[in-house]
Amino acid sequence: MRLYKKIENMEKQYDVCIIGAGVVGNAIARELSRYHIRVAVVEKESDVSMGTSSRNSGVIHSGIHYKPGTVRARLNVQGNAMMSHLCRELKVKIQYIGKLTVAQDEEDIQTLHSLKEQGEANGVPGLEILDAAQMQKIQPGVGGIKALLSPSTGIICPYGLAIGLAENAHANGVDFYLSHEVSHISANGHGFRVRTAAGADLSCSVLVNAAGLYSDRICRMLGITEYSIYPCRGEYLILDKRLQGSLNVLVYPAPRKGGAGLGIHLTNTVDGNILIGPSNEYVDEADDYACTAQIIELLKKEGHELLPWLSTSDFIRNFSGLRPKQMPPEVKGFKDFVIESRKDVPGFINLVGIESPGLTCSPAIALMVRDMVAERLPLREKSSFVAERPGRVGFFHELPPDEQAELVEQNHDYGEIVCRCEQITRKEVLDAIQNPLGVRTVAAIKYRSRAMMGRCQGGFCLPRIVEILQKDFGYRPEDYILNSAGSRLFAGSVR
Amino acid sequence: MNTIKHDVVVIGGGPAGLAAAIAARKSGCKDVLLIERDKRLGGILNQCIHDGFGLHKFDEALTGPEYAQRFIDEFNSLGIDSMLSTIVLSVDGKRNLYVSSRKSLTRIEAGSVILSMGCRERTAGAISLPGTRPAGIYTAGAAQNFINLQNIMVGKKVVILGSGDIGMIMARRMTLEGAKVEAVFEILPYPSGLARNIQQCLNDYDIPLYLSTSVIEIHGKERVTGVTVAGTDKNFKPIPGTERHVPCDTILLSVGLIPENELTRGAGVQMEARTGGAGVDDTFMTGVPGIFSCGNVLHVHDLVDHVSDEASLVGEYAVRYLDGEIKPPESYIKIEPQQGVRYVLPQKVSGMRDFTLSLRVTTPSRDRAVWVKDGDRKVARKKMIRLHPAEMIRINIKKEKLQGAKVLEVSVE
Ligand SMILES: Cc1cc2nc3c(=O)[nH]c(=O)nc-3n(C[C@H](O)[C@H](O)[C@H](O)COP(=O)(O)OP(=O)(O)OC[C@H]3O[C@@H](n4cnc5c(N)ncnc54)[C@H](O)[C@@H]3O)c2cc1C
Ligand SMILES: Cc1cc2nc3c(=O)[nH]c(=O)nc-3n(C[C@H](O)[C@H](O)[C@H](O)COP(=O)(O)OP(=O)(O)OC[C@H]3O[C@@H](n4cnc5c(N)ncnc54)[C@H](O)[C@@H]3O)c2cc1C
Repeated sequence: MRLYKKIENMEKQYDVCIIGAGVVGNAIARELSRYHIRVAVVEKESDVSMGTSSRNSGVIHSGIHYKPGTVRARLNVQGNAMMSHLCRELKVKIQYIGKLTVAQDEEDIQTLHSLKEQGEANGVPGLEILDAAQMQKIQPGVGGIKALLSPSTGIICPYGLAIGLAENAHANGVDFYLSHEVSHISANGHGFRVRTAAGADLSCSVLVNAAGLYSDRICRMLGITEYSIYPCRGEYLILDKRLQGSLNVLVYPAPRKGGAGLGIHLTNTVDGNILIGPSNEYVDEADDYACTAQIIELLKKEGHELLPWLSTSDFIRNFSGLRPKQMPPEVKGFKDFVIESRKDVPGFINLVGIESPGLTCSPAIALMVRDMVAERLPLREKSSFVAERPGRVGFFHELPPDEQAELVEQNHDYGEIVCRCEQITRKEVLDAIQNPLGVRTVAAIKYRSRAMMGRCQGGFCLPRIVEILQKDFGYRPEDYILNSAGSRLFAGSVR
Repeated sequence: MNTIKHDVVVIGGGPAGLAAAIAARKSGCKDVLLIERDKRLGGILNQCIHDGFGLHKFDEALTGPEYAQRFIDEFNSLGIDSMLSTIVLSVDGKRNLYVSSRKSLTRIEAGSVILSMGCRERTAGAISLPGTRPAGIYTAGAAQNFINLQNIMVGKKVVILGSGDIGMIMARRMTLEGAKVEAVFEILPYPSGLARNIQQCLNDYDIPLYLSTSVIEIHGKERVTGVTVAGTDKNFKPIPGTERHVPCDTILLSVGLIPENELTRGAGVQMEARTGGAGVDDTFMTGVPGIFSCGNVLHVHDLVDHVSDEASLVGEYAVRYLDGEIKPPESYIKIEPQQGVRYVLPQKVSGMRDFTLSLRVTTPSRDRAVWVKDGDRKVARKKMIRLHPAEMIRINIKKEKLQGAKVLEVSVE
């Protein structure tokens, strides 16, 4: 079984190669697909968005947290403003639900005022300091004496955005090389040769490093040694949808001195779950996504404090993501994003340390990179570019009953529920199986259809999805792969 | 959208739903409809191809499908209506249902509703297992589905976490199919499954069962490569120094069942934290008039025989409700679990009829009695040689014993 759609003739010429199919690489690819240039994205995993881009809080930040004048502050506000239009085009779920940053004492109130000032300097709209009564109106039960309301803070489906960008880029002509880990790069003054462990050999005149946690390694392949990435893990617990109504807005504590992240808090997701997290620990490996007993316990404790009516069966899963920090554990703190067109390696556009709020910034980063590309290549707009991705926003079960009834009449696959917890239909599962990028893993079905993501975590629907793959797509037991070549689901037939 | 009406609507076609529908029909209701999301009736029994079903009810050791078939035959011979491959999406407090099938989306107005949706298995996420999330982690029931219904072998070197019945049954099944089952690890100091399964599924196959031991970390980036286990103390915390590594490629979880009550909650029914099911009275009616509950969705049973018995009563009550014979009394007699008792069911009774009290104890013990008291007055007492949380205890109580009672307290003494 192949993990990816085969691209005939592995020796190919491109104008631009992008290393990394996270939300940043995909946003760049999608932006460049508007123009008459040949673009490829090279990704080591079997699917797009398997790294940091699917392992975060999914918050579209407003931009109050970063110093005016930094790249990060500018791109955050710009990216936030671009997001709603982009999501409409790509059929990605987004909700601008707003955020309260809550003060517990006088010192915190000072922090709120400086955050407000900073935010306003960055161009964040609608900031307001609320008193306790006003806070209670927005989020009954919230503790604290004052809060800063940022109405432009939103929540988004992060992998939905990354996948949407990639599929739209692909529809507009971008090639995706999945399961291709870049292993060698050579620069010859006017271009690059990029080779992958799986045997692809690509040449390009502009090379973009959007390799996230591995961006320092890509740099080193080109002799650039000044950057190091220190992975810093954030663990989360996911809560059952039953608790959906508990939270109307995002509620964060006012940041205190010495904190590296934004603190453990509750975040609602666009699909109705609540996340508790993220924690903050440096780890050694850039793929160490293990969850730990200590943090799980800590998160549960915090969860019970924030939502006293939590029960043990409300925890449905845990996961972790890694922040690509530029600051080593001894130093901590933030460093600005590196987004540079290298003078010493002409044609190399280098992105390093795109940690939070990289998801929010991604469309703005894409514009910045486009301008850098334009300095080296003529960019002519294609009339054939299609900005709209087909389909609809959200899931079948979110439609009004009459519309659902009509769709079932038109296509009976909508009437068959495959995933009971999330009420995902057979039609949606089939669409995910036949995804445009041709990814053939079980995880690909999960991230696209949301089947297996509910409270029973596939206990019910995995057997059904396996049956569909076997009956309709001819899978044998050894063909089922979770997410990478070594992650076989089964050992074979019983007899 | 199409709207139809039915007198009694049963949700779920497992043993509970089947027995309830049959009883409703036999109680004189001609308009009973059973809705099942699977393509066949029988519920979870379809994948339980081992024997041991029906020992109490039929005095025979049947396989799951054989046991189910007896009810399916009766269901069919009575000509009861059913909708298969049809899922109930929602129920509201006025007994309106939305159901979906490949043909259509339909609204149903029901006179009374019987909830018999069964339960689901607790997952790795629910018990928050530390470590990585590679391929090779399955709930025992999902593995049972793959092996028994789809001829797919989930792995070769297996560790089982939790000593629930399904896990033990799968330990035997995997062994018979050539896998090596390394061990069963149970965090509690006693097994959570039935004694007969420990003998027939583990001891007979030399599969070790380690009590007060838990998996504290999963290893493997792509496929499971092993687990770290450790002994646990009274508070279920790992004891330092007892860790050891057990190589394996598969982890099966048998760590408990959760009644599947999303529809129930959606209907506004008051839930019971102790059972994970609806709170019910002695007619198995929930807090919402006309909505009844039975089987594993009400409380997790160890024996299907009891499920069938319970559901038969519920079918009859659902019909009598339609006939106006069942009305909530002016005040209920509460039933409260006390020392040594994990839960009781029903949680309140009218005092107007005989009923069977179901309960589970908190810890294993020997030579004790279960007492049901009204203040100092003995209402019932059941002497038992062996008490175990895995085994549901049932006590029949006559209405004569309930006169004047306000609260019944149930305890192990
Ligand atoms: C815990 C946490 C919470 C966060 N919360 C938020 C938030 O709420 N809001 C927000 O805006 N941002 C948030 N972020 C930040 C955001 O997730 C990241 O900034 C963003 O996802 C970065 O995207 P990326 O494409 O740069 O990186 P990635 O998603 O990591 O993509 C890089 C890709 O490059 C691939 N790659 C690496 N090396 C190679 C190679 N040699 N060959 C081929 N491919 C390679 C990787 O496999 C990967 O797919 C959070 C981050 C973390 C860790
Ligand atoms: C693996 C396993 C092994 C067991 N071994 C034994 C044994 O050896 N001996 C013994 O006596 N007992 C055993 N039991 C216990 C016994 O099988 C159960 O107690 C019994 O099956 C419970 O019956 P039920 O009808 O409540 O639930 P189920 O059998 O689970 O039936 C519920 C039905 O409802 C349907 N349903 C749920 N939601 C909806 C919806 N929204 N719309 C439509 N339909 C829906 C489901 O598809 C299912 O068919 C075992 C149980 C399991 C799980």
